[in-house]
Amino acid sequence: MSSIADPVAATPRSDSKVATLAAPAITMPVTGERELRLDLFRGMALWLIFVDHLPANILTWLTIRNYGFSDATEIFIFISGYTAAFVYGRAMLQAGFVVATARIMRRVWQIYVAHVFLFTIFLAEISYVATRFENPLYSEEMGIMDFLKQPDVTIVQALLLRFRPVNMDVLPLYIVLMLFLPIILWLMKWRPDVTLGLSVLLYALAWQFDWYLTAYPGGFWIFNPFAWQLLFVFGAWCALGGAARMSRILSSPVTLWICVAYLLFAFFVTLTWHIPQLSFLMPKRLEQWMYPITKTDLDVLRFAHFLALAALTVRFLPRDWAGLKSRWLRPLILCGQHSLEIFCLGIFLAFAGHFVLAEVGGGALMHALVSLSGILIMWGVAWVISWYKHSADKDASKAKRMVNADMAGGSV
Amino acid sequence: MRPGSGAVLAVSLFAGLAAAGPARAQNAPQAPPQACEVPAYLLNTESLLPKVTEAVKNGRPLNILVVGSRSSTIASSADSAYPAKLLAALKQKLPSTPIDLSVELQGGKTAEETDAILIKLVEANRPTLVIWQTGTVDAMRSVDPDDFRGAVGDGVAALQKAGADVVLINLQYSPRTETMISAPPYLDNMRVVAQQYSVPLFDRFGIMRHWNDAGDFDLFSTFHGPDMAKRVHACLGRALSKFVFDAARLDPAQQN
Repeated sequence: MSSIADPVAATPRSDSKVATLAAPAITMPVTGERELRLDLFRGMALWLIFVDHLPANILTWLTIRNYGFSDATEIFIFISGYTAAFVYGRAMLQAGFVVATARIMRRVWQIYVAHVFLFTIFLAEISYVATRFENPLYSEEMGIMDFLKQPDVTIVQALLLRFRPVNMDVLPLYIVLMLFLPIILWLMKWRPDVTLGLSVLLYALAWQFDWYLTAYPGGFWIFNPFAWQLLFVFGAWCALGGAARMSRILSSPVTLWICVAYLLFAFFVTLTWHIPQLSFLMPKRLEQWMYPITKTDLDVLRFAHFLALAALTVRFLPRDWAGLKSRWLRPLILCGQHSLEIFCLGIFLAFAGHFVLAEVGGGALMHALVSLSGILIMWGVAWVISWYKHSADKDASKAKRMVNADMAGGSV
Repeated sequence: MRPGSGAVLAVSLFAGLAAAGPARAQNAPQAPPQACEVPAYLLNTESLLPKVTEAVKNGRPLNILVVGSRSSTIASSADSAYPAKLLAALKQKLPSTPIDLSVELQGGKTAEETDAILIKLVEANRPTLVIWQTGTVDAMRSVDPDDFRGAVGDGVAALQKAGADVVLINLQYSPRTETMISAPPYLDNMRVVAQQYSVPLFDRFGIMRHWNDAGDFDLFSTFHGPDMAKRVHACLGRALSKFVFDAARLDPAQQN
């Protein structure tokens, strides 16, 4: 891949402005050199999302949501925005708006198909549960199965992304965000900072006027796209030069201490959730101001928590850290490199895990075993996928040379 | 041998504790067949029930109204459900207080839909204490959590204005439907409302999850007849009676 400056040089003024702004951040990797930190953390997010979707067990204590406000979803959406902007932003500069949009739409289609596939598996699972589970204690909760009685409506609503079972909310959000990616990139090409400003404005307006998308049979989208777009756009902004422009702020000791203080604060607050005996330490005024920390609308506290985590990560984990090439982090990085496949697999494994636990019976050991084997399966499948791509596919040799723009979720 | 003897020691210690428990509380009901201890932190509350305290102290009748959805009963054996067990336990603890308890089931109604009925019920019954179990239907219909919070808050405010004490009961812990019903936003919001209006919140979810984790009940497994439901409700009723008793700051020693 040549440097981004080449195609930009011939384009009109507004573009060259982007180029000057973006160039330092889009330091296009020399072929074969990926930003492994992105893969690493996306892989980690995928593992954590999987573990969080299982019933609580020992491994759950390793997930970051127990130590602060934000969780793996923030990481996943941010990195998705970053990589998508990185890959399709280049496509837009090189091949133009139409071609980039076409590629993005192909990607959207892939995610949509993945979502429908997962929904089918979900249907299979709960149809089975509905016919097998009989417990008077839960006669009310089992009413959730009633939708099976009208498949005509339910399945159509699912295809429209309006009926979404629990745990299946991330992909629809991703689909909507990707649908708007062409516009986001087009605006970014014009003025990245203004685009980010618009995104913040939309976020604020969504909070102010309580904008949300309705769902079927009632309610709303669990991840409000009007709010969560902020992380996605922020990711894109970072990818297209924002990160580089922020580097002064990021390396300042003031930022460091603010981040550390905030993370400690969040840790303490989270601690009071797990150890209710401590909750008397929380000032009531603060509690009333702070709670609830909504995930649906991406609470500012959550966003700030993610920012603090990201700032510290970028500071203490340099791009060329030798550990990134180590054997031990390989499984995580492999998973992160095939994020769409591994994400879907994780959702499927979570369903399957629930199923195994219900049929075989629980116990702490069994719970932990299910989590661990799920992670091993994710690693194994990621390995197989990468083997296909590099060795088995018919254009494997070509894939080595070209950066596959369609895999914004995967390869960069 | 050493580990073995350690275990024997532990077992005998536990046996001793278990034997000492009922022996100390002389008036306590006979030990239930199910071990379902609830850790103290799950029953702690800073909020009070002044009307209940006053009624008991002055020997006035205690009129309790339970408003809930279908999880407040067991199909075809309502006598075994937690409200009945609560009544029995309270009567035992407060032998000199006349206690009346009625149950109003609002099956399939969200908190907002229940709000309208609450006031009528309170005006008709003039209860000292309203125990409001809610959240399940809202979670199943995935009502906007903000709207849910508003609805519960409005309901609680109306009840307090009508002169009743309020106890909130949250959702059941239902691991089998965890992939289908998202409970956390509703649990969080009920906690917020409870704090905002200084209302004791009976954490049914936390308690049942504790029982499941501790092995008292296997709430995950596929098939159970009505038997387990009855045992769970018996335990819930007892825990709830203790919770109400504590929140009203009623000291067992002051009775008789």
